[in-house]
Amino acid sequence: MRYIANTDADRRAMLAAVGLASLEELFADIPQAIEDCFQPLRLPAQSEMEVARNVQKLASFNEVHCGSISFLGGGIYDHYVPSVVSHITSRSEFYTAYTPYQPEVSQGTLTVMFEFQTLICELTGMEVANASMYDGATALAEGVLMADRIAGKRRIAVSRALFPNYRRVLDTYCWAAGIEVVELPITKNGQSDTAAILDGLSGLVIQSPNAFGVIEELEGLKGAAGEALLIVVTNPISLGLLAPPGQFGADIVVAEGQPLGLSPSFGGPLLGLFATRKRYLRQMPGRIAGQTVDAEGKIGYTMAAQTREQHIRRERATSNICTNSALCALAATVYLSSLGADGLQKLAQLNLEKAHYLAEQITALSGYELAFKAPFFNEFTVRVPADPEKICARLKEEGILVEDQRSLVDVGLAGALRFAVTEKRTSEELDHLVTVLGGIQ
Amino acid sequence: MSTIFDCERPEGIGGLFPAPDVPTKGQENLIPSSLLRELAPRIPCLSEPELVRHYTRLSKLNYGVDDGFYPLGSCTMKYNPKINEDLVRLPGFAQAHPLADEQLIQGCLKLLFEMSGLLSKVAGLADVTLQPAAGAHGELTGMFLVKRYFEDRGEENRKRILLPDSAHGTNPASAALSGFSVTEIPSGGDGMVNLAALEKALDETVAAIMLTVPNTLGIFEERILEVTDMVHAAGGLCYFDGANLNAFLGRACPGDMGADIFHFNLHKTLSTPHGGGGPGAGPVAVAEQLVQFLPVPRIVKEDETYRFDWNYPQSIGCVHSFYGNFGVILKAYAYLLHLGDEGLCAVSENAVLNANYLQERLKKTYRLPYDHLCKHEFVLSGKEIAEGISTFDIAKRLIDYGFHPPTIYFPLIVPEALMIEPTECEGKETLDRFIEAMEQIAVEAKEAPQLLHDAPQHAPVRRLDQTRAARQPMLSYPFNDSADQEDQTS
Repeated sequence: MRYIANTDADRRAMLAAVGLASLEELFADIPQAIEDCFQPLRLPAQSEMEVARNVQKLASFNEVHCGSISFLGGGIYDHYVPSVVSHITSRSEFYTAYTPYQPEVSQGTLTVMFEFQTLICELTGMEVANASMYDGATALAEGVLMADRIAGKRRIAVSRALFPNYRRVLDTYCWAAGIEVVELPITKNGQSDTAAILDGLSGLVIQSPNAFGVIEELEGLKGAAGEALLIVVTNPISLGLLAPPGQFGADIVVAEGQPLGLSPSFGGPLLGLFATRKRYLRQMPGRIAGQTVDAEGKIGYTMAAQTREQHIRRERATSNICTNSALCALAATVYLSSLGADGLQKLAQLNLEKAHYLAEQITALSGYELAFKAPFFNEFTVRVPADPEKICARLKEEGILVEDQRSLVDVGLAGALRFAVTEKRTSEELDHLVTVLGGIQ
Repeated sequence: MSTIFDCERPEGIGGLFPAPDVPTKGQENLIPSSLLRELAPRIPCLSEPELVRHYTRLSKLNYGVDDGFYPLGSCTMKYNPKINEDLVRLPGFAQAHPLADEQLIQGCLKLLFEMSGLLSKVAGLADVTLQPAAGAHGELTGMFLVKRYFEDRGEENRKRILLPDSAHGTNPASAALSGFSVTEIPSGGDGMVNLAALEKALDETVAAIMLTVPNTLGIFEERILEVTDMVHAAGGLCYFDGANLNAFLGRACPGDMGADIFHFNLHKTLSTPHGGGGPGAGPVAVAEQLVQFLPVPRIVKEDETYRFDWNYPQSIGCVHSFYGNFGVILKAYAYLLHLGDEGLCAVSENAVLNANYLQERLKKTYRLPYDHLCKHEFVLSGKEIAEGISTFDIAKRLIDYGFHPPTIYFPLIVPEALMIEPTECEGKETLDRFIEAMEQIAVEAKEAPQLLHDAPQHAPVRRLDQTRAARQPMLSYPFNDSADQEDQTS
């Protein structure tokens, strides 16, 4: 086996040193009854060349998809990833290290965590961010658990216009924790109906841009929620342009970080972003790096606020999270610092302009209209004049990918389709989509 | 250490994206000004050479498996094959969107389907969910399954989870997040589960026991079948934490030991890198009676086509935004294909041989509280090595010898614990160098203790002030003055 360094002579010498006659004796403590039941996989070993060939063959089954023009979104977006990102994340000093338990030999990872936390605070307008969660949905679920630890009302309200996959994860976590989930309906504008907010909530969950692509009105929400913590789910690229949730008094901000330099990778690994207020630090889940000094007074970084964590507090920990998405956080950090604030703003503008151009072209077609009049960023929902499934099938024939209507039906809207437009879509591709839509009877 | 915020330049650089190729209207005409950002985020922009040099420099301050011996107990820091890093970047996988039409992502679905089958067999259990994104996430999913199982049976009185006192901290945390209370079972003098203590703790309020096999001392529970029989007889379930699967890969299955639920750590046992703290993957395998509760969607095969199936009304729901960490699962899949049955056996043989060799040699110098044939790891105590010397000092001194320290102060039942896991990837020559360093450190502890107290001296930084980090937390870059911020208003 290529990944084993011992030679037969090494094994013989080591067996002799431990006083055993055979490798089998190393397993003498496993009860015979267990070994007798053992069934091998019946999997013959393959050479590296064969593995490469077989796995490449599987990848080739997806190639039609990858050669298509994608308008898929729903939390995962087809953004351009600068080349420098994967060159840095490919450095094995980063990707073959463990969680930085030994800070003196982990200053690379720890400094990146510190930079990442700073960038997430800047983007969201919040005071403290952790070093990442698994993904957007679990970041939200942990945010809700945290809000309930603080407010203790055992009930939260969630906008109907939350991504349905996030809602499903949230429902599972809340069921297990015994927290009731109530739903806020949607107004004619496609925004959450804040008039429906009740008292006695631990948290209020609003997504902006929401599952329809609509930007929510966050102003005044904090007051409307009473004692409840305001939890905002957002898209980090939109924050290059949009006012950060922190400005509207959000207590917890979570997001999917995939748009920040990660490939879609069939939905994982992803990057959960999590930020909050300093006063809630002790209730926050996840790893955090902090600045300190070494024995000579030199600046260095180490894991901070660890008394919240499972390895110290065990069943009283704020979360059970341990391994998170450190390498993805590195990708996001490199991505953001290769764009800078100015580049991020220009990128967000490019997304905004292209999405609005496409929306205008589509809605100029007979029978197509925006589902909602409210402002949107790079994703929007259109009511369509024919069966959405038929439209998707026709688009697929033309090499154009649009998500079927299931996600929208899940949030209460039938007969519509959602289009996500990133900087990668060219005007020719946008016009091609419009032409094909125009030709559908 | 300087950060990107110390190399900030005032203006943007550009050059990444083309100019708009559609007629533009201006953001102020598309979005109400009340929704627009007034203050630009303070994100520095570096030229590409500056950026590359900054992160290359930072990378050199790290120590990874590619840098040297990394005997971090419980973490299985084995070599991460390079081919896997190439395969995950194939555009057919990297660009696959999770919401794409099922017909266009058959490669992804097939891979996930086959991987579920392989992992079910490795676990010796009926089925697997690939959704959990890490080991602790797998534990949490497992606890959700336990909860749903007893809800379904109308046994909601089962609210307790039993844990040996040697358990990982994630175990009690995962149990508590699912609304369970935790009862600790003291280990016996041999380091294994004390059957009398277990018997006493078992009653109709027990939902499950969470066991790590071999346990965190690296000892295989010789009475594992008695333990799982007792829990089953009392109506409880047996959850196995898979952190230590490397010890019996290719020779035994948790399912045959009485496990009802078992989580994998693909970033440990199946070689996907740890990434400095993730992403990992924590698939969960379950016995037949729990299959109906697994997360949705599941992947089914009809003729030669794969599709998602959401129709499991008893399911706990979802635990991930999509289907789990596909990219990580893919690497583990390639690793399994490469190893085959023969390779899996070779892994456990070499991992266990390496650990026993180190244990045998090191117990002559360091105290070995549980002297037993070990599996893939073992635990020494730094307690009596010399007056005034702690395990912490020994760990930091190992850095000066060019090694990553072992896991320290865990498990909690060994005072001044040093938990050492060599993995199968290390050769005898490396192990001998490590032994020599450990022996040398033991001598230094007595003759030149200051060397240990002052360690590390050959690392990028000296010992860090953890107390200061805890008492005066500085968790983001201290941008100096507010004037600075106003200058950047866009």
